[in-house]
Amino acid sequence: MRGFDETLLDEADETVRVRFVVNGRKVACEVAPRETLVDCLRDKLELTGTHAGCEMGACGACLVQVDGRAVHSCLMFAVQADGARIDTIEGLTDSGAIADLQAEFHRRNALQCGFCTPSMLINAYELLSQVAQPSREQIRDALSGNYCRCTGYEAIVDAIDAVAKARSAGGAR
Amino acid sequence: MDFEETAVKARAFSYFRAATIDQALDAHARAGDDARFIAGGQSLVPALSLRLQAPRLLIDITHIAELRGIGREGAYLRIGALTRHCEMLTEPLIAEFAPLLHAAAPFVAHPAIRNRGTFGGSVALADPASEFPAMTLALDAEIEIAGASGRRRVRADEFFIDLFETALQPGELITAIYVPLFKADQRFVFDELARRRGDYALVGCGMLATFASDRIDDIRISFFSVGNRPTRAKAAEAALIGFGLDAEHIAAAQAALAGDLAPPENDEVPPAMRLHLARVLLGRLLGRLGEGA
Ligand SMILES: Cc1cc2nc3c(=O)[nH]c(=O)nc-3n(C[C@H](O)[C@H](O)[C@H](O)COP(=O)(O)OP(=O)(O)OC[C@H]3O[C@@H](n4cnc5c(N)ncnc54)[C@H](O)[C@@H]3O)c2cc1C
Ligand code: FES
Ligand code: FES
Repeated sequence: MRGFDETLLDEADETVRVRFVVNGRKVACEVAPRETLVDCLRDKLELTGTHAGCEMGACGACLVQVDGRAVHSCLMFAVQADGARIDTIEGLTDSGAIADLQAEFHRRNALQCGFCTPSMLINAYELLSQVAQPSREQIRDALSGNYCRCTGYEAIVDAIDAVAKARSAGGAR
Repeated sequence: MDFEETAVKARAFSYFRAATIDQALDAHARAGDDARFIAGGQSLVPALSLRLQAPRLLIDITHIAELRGIGREGAYLRIGALTRHCEMLTEPLIAEFAPLLHAAAPFVAHPAIRNRGTFGGSVALADPASEFPAMTLALDAEIEIAGASGRRRVRADEFFIDLFETALQPGELITAIYVPLFKADQRFVFDELARRRGDYALVGCGMLATFASDRIDDIRISFFSVGNRPTRAKAAEAALIGFGLDAEHIAAAQAALAGDLAPPENDEVPPAMRLHLARVLLGRLLGRLGEGA
C-alpha cells in the first residue's frame, strides 16, 4: 500500500471508488469520503430496506451485517467498508436465512409501521446464531439498542423466543 | 431550526487507510491538527455527523495488523488497541487473565456497537462515563503509545488527566494496553447502575483485590460516571487494606467515599444523589467480593 500523499488533503470533495460484495454480488460505487454506508446503500444501490433514523447511533434502524457482524450503517463511512462483505435485509430475505423469523413476526404482530423491523430481524438473526436458546432477558438485552415506537417490544420478544424454541425443537439449522 | 445544530451529515474530509503505524503517524503529522484517527468510529462518527468535529483528514487505523491481537507477554496480557468490545466477551485469554474486562464488556453499549467499538478507541477517548477506561485504572494497566519520539508506556494512574484529556499528545497512537495477569489470590467485581441496559451508567464501579487468607492485602477500586475522569477511590481503598470484609469495614469504606468523589452539579443527578448511589454500589460490590465474587 502507498504511503500518505499530501495532495489527498485537497481532494475532500472528490469521490473515490469503493468495491464491496453486497448480498453476494460484487459492486463498485463512487462515493465521497463523508458518505455514510447507509446513504450509499439506500441512494446508490437502492437497497432501501436499511433505514436511516437518527443517523447518530441511537435508534438502531440502520443495522446491516459487515463481514458477518451486525453494525450500524450510519456509524460507518462507505469508504471504510471498501473490500468488505455486506449483507442487508434484502439479501437475508432472499437467502431464506430469516424466513422463520419473518413469518413469526408477521404471525405475532411484532411489527406495525415496520420502520424498526429490518434491524430487529438482523439483531435476532445474529443473537440466534450465537445463543441457541436465549432467555427473554438475553433477547431484550440484544435488542437494547433498537428503538420501536409502535409495538411495545413484547411481541418482538415473543416472536424471537418462539423461533428460538422452534429451531431447537426442529434440530440444528 | 438551525441546520448547523441539527446536522447529521459530516463535513467533507479526505480519507486515508494506513497500513502501518508509521504511515498513520506520518499522515497525522503532515495534516497537522486537522486529522483524526478512526478506529471503530462508534464515538467519532456521531461527533462528525453532528459537526462537533470537522477534521480535514480521517486516518483509518483498522487495517494496521500490529494494533491487533491478544497475547501473554511476561507478567502482562497485551491487548491490541483494535480489540473490539465484543471480543472481550468471547476471547478465552481475556476471560482467564483479565476477567474484569470480560465482566465489564456486557455493560458497554449495545451488541452492534460492541461489534465495532475498540478498546484502544475507548481508552483514547477517555469518556468519564465509559466502563473500560475506569477498568484500566482498577487493573493498574499500562497504555502503550506510539508517537514521533518512539514508544512509551504510561500507567493508567497517570494517563487520565481531565475531561476527555489524557497523556496522549496530538498525533499519538495507542498501540496496546498491558494488563497484569490475573492471579489465583485475586478477586474482582463489577457493576453499574443505569436507567436502561446499554445506557451510560449513573454510577459504575469495578475493583480488583488481592487477598491474604481472608484479609485484603491490596485493592484498587475505580469508579466511572462520577466526575471529569475515571476515578480511583483511594480513601475507601485505604479503609479496607489489612482488614476482612465485615460490615464494619464496608461501612468505613462507604463513609470514606465522600473524600474520594466530588460529583459535578447536574440537574438530573445532583451530586448528593450520585454520591449516595456510589455508596450503595460500593456496599453491594464489597459484599459480593467478600462472598468470593
Ligand atoms: C449509542 C451508543 C451507546 C454507547 N454506549 C457506550 C457505553 O455504554 N459505554 C461505553 O464505554 N461506550 C459507549 N459507546 C461508545 C463506544 O464504546 C465507542 O466504541 C468507544 O467509546 C470508542 O471506540 P471506537 O473504536 O469506536 O473509537 P472511535 O470512535 O474510532 O474514536 C474515538 C476517539 O479516539 C481516537 N482513537 C481511536 N483509536 C485510537 C488509538 N488507537 N490511538 C489514539 N487515538 C485513538 C479517535 O481519534 C477519536 O478521537 C456508545 C456509543 C454509541 C453510539
Ligand atoms: S440511523 Fe443508525 S442508529 Fe439511528
Ligand atoms: S414497528 Fe414501528 S417502529 Fe417498530
